[in-house]
Amino acid sequence: MKYLSLIKANLLRKKLRTTLTIGSFVVALFLFGFLAIVHGAFNQGVDVAGVDRLMVINKVSIIQPLPLSYRDQILRIPGVKRVTFDVWFGGIYQEPKNFFPSFAIDTANQREVYPELEVTDAEWKAFLEDREGAIIGPKNATRFGWKIGDRVPLQAPIYGGTWEFNIRGIYKTARDGDDPQQFWLHYEYLDERLPAGRKGQIGWYTVKLDSPDDAPRVVKAIDDTFANSPYETKSETLQAMAASWVKQAGNIEFLILAIGGVVFFTLLLVTGNTMALAVRERIGELAVLKAVGYSDRFVLVLILAESVLIALVGGAIGLGCAKLWTLLGDPTGGMLQSFRLPNLMILIGIVCALVVGIMAGILPATSAMRLRVVDALRRI
Amino acid sequence: MVRVDGRGSGSSLIQIRGLDKKYKRGGEEIDVLRGLNLDVDQGEFVAFMGPSGSGKTTLLNLLGGLDVPSSGSITVAGDEITHMSGNKLTQWRARHVGFIFQMYNLIPVLTAFQNVELPLLLTKLSKAERRKHVETALGVVGLADRINHYPRQLSGGQEQRVAIARAIVADPTFLMCDEPTGDLDRKSADEILGILTQLSKEHSKTILMVTHDPLAAERAGATLHLNKGVLVEGAATAVGSRA
Repeated sequence: MKYLSLIKANLLRKKLRTTLTIGSFVVALFLFGFLAIVHGAFNQGVDVAGVDRLMVINKVSIIQPLPLSYRDQILRIPGVKRVTFDVWFGGIYQEPKNFFPSFAIDTANQREVYPELEVTDAEWKAFLEDREGAIIGPKNATRFGWKIGDRVPLQAPIYGGTWEFNIRGIYKTARDGDDPQQFWLHYEYLDERLPAGRKGQIGWYTVKLDSPDDAPRVVKAIDDTFANSPYETKSETLQAMAASWVKQAGNIEFLILAIGGVVFFTLLLVTGNTMALAVRERIGELAVLKAVGYSDRFVLVLILAESVLIALVGGAIGLGCAKLWTLLGDPTGGMLQSFRLPNLMILIGIVCALVVGIMAGILPATSAMRLRVVDALRRI
Repeated sequence: MVRVDGRGSGSSLIQIRGLDKKYKRGGEEIDVLRGLNLDVDQGEFVAFMGPSGSGKTTLLNLLGGLDVPSSGSITVAGDEITHMSGNKLTQWRARHVGFIFQMYNLIPVLTAFQNVELPLLLTKLSKAERRKHVETALGVVGLADRINHYPRQLSGGQEQRVAIARAIVADPTFLMCDEPTGDLDRKSADEILGILTQLSKEHSKTILMVTHDPLAAERAGATLHLNKGVLVEGAATAVGSRA
């Protein structure tokens, strides 16, 4: 601690240069935080999706239906514990930007297959008793100010017209990454209003397995069962399905790594140059320090400490700004499933800043360490 | 007593025997110091004079443990420093040598207090003890009232006084002064030389000073002349002893 004043004095020697270098860390780490937020928004579902649940969709496309009659056949396959189904409703509240995932659900099995979306018994009972009832996610409640008992109209571009629902419950999410903005309605309510040709069809099945180890076998069994039928199936674990959806949006991971890599490399050059300049300007002073008894190792640590301090201060401010941004709320108004900067990513950001700080400082610090006092004093 | 004939008593504070220093420049080997002997007792104030390139600063660097000789030995207060490792030499310098440079070499972003405190940060002294030592050292050089001034707020003479305070604050065995008045006007130079004389006489500090200035050399107790790497016999075989 007694050397802190020395480090501080050196950093404040060229205030503008230090401020600009810290500023470059702020921008880079803010960008890192932003990319981490985007990455989280795209991958949240992948991270939490179960490996003990399968999703069964129409082999042609998820927007093609499957017959409800498949449910019993799937249930007969060994290793299958439960089956539920959903139908994409695609409801919009008042205007298109107020979009959220809305499904007609299989009320008999929903809670058993998706236990992480918790609904109290009383609310579930009220939902079951009201054919126009709906269960909503907590984010919808805060976003639109909805509460239990409200009657809400949703436009249904897929099915036409305006549909009205009574909110009977608000589910709670058990894990950080669970989707907090779903809207559930009764499948029966949807089905009864469909024309005869569209009745008895669902969007996809979700199959709960006895064990995740059964997944490959059950996937094959389901798809084999319906092979060569008018409605062939494509089954995958929820996690694999979520990952493939993310891939459809582009190789987000690669983009993030590429942008992040370029930014950190540039930062390394900027900071390395700053530290090299700082050392070159202070050759004489470093020689004096050595002359009065400071060791080569001390000089090395001193320069590294300055570099690391710049990196940590800039990194902390940048990541702090990114975190603050997430606390202000989702700027897309709820389009993103997740808008958060996890503590793990903050830690990774700090470690990255630390590594850049060390790498940027190591060359100038080593040259300062190797500096011969006699040579340096001759140059003054 | 100061001797250059290699026959000094074994009790001298500084003993140099057969000191050679060669440099290679452009493939050519240059003898900077040749077979130099020197004995300096505790409390002596010795001035080294000689033309440029005569080896004065090289000798000072060797004595201060900043450079290593090509051959020969240097013993200070019983420590043979010529074979010390880099780390040991650094520790030895911290304990035994106070440096005063021509250009003061203060750290511009530190106050007078912080500059003087630098050698003490290497010790185990508490903050309060360090403060007391620094205030005493700055008091000795008459700058107790400039404690919080930065070098840019001080005159050249005052900067050199701060440098002297930095050199004496850890109570080293001897002081090495490389042209301490070379960048000062006469009045400031006299003040600096007065302080060095006072340190030698009143505090028994051993001072080795390189200078071009005959007036500065006059203030020393002994003056040795270096010429082409040799301490000129005659100039001092047994000179200026105060003993």
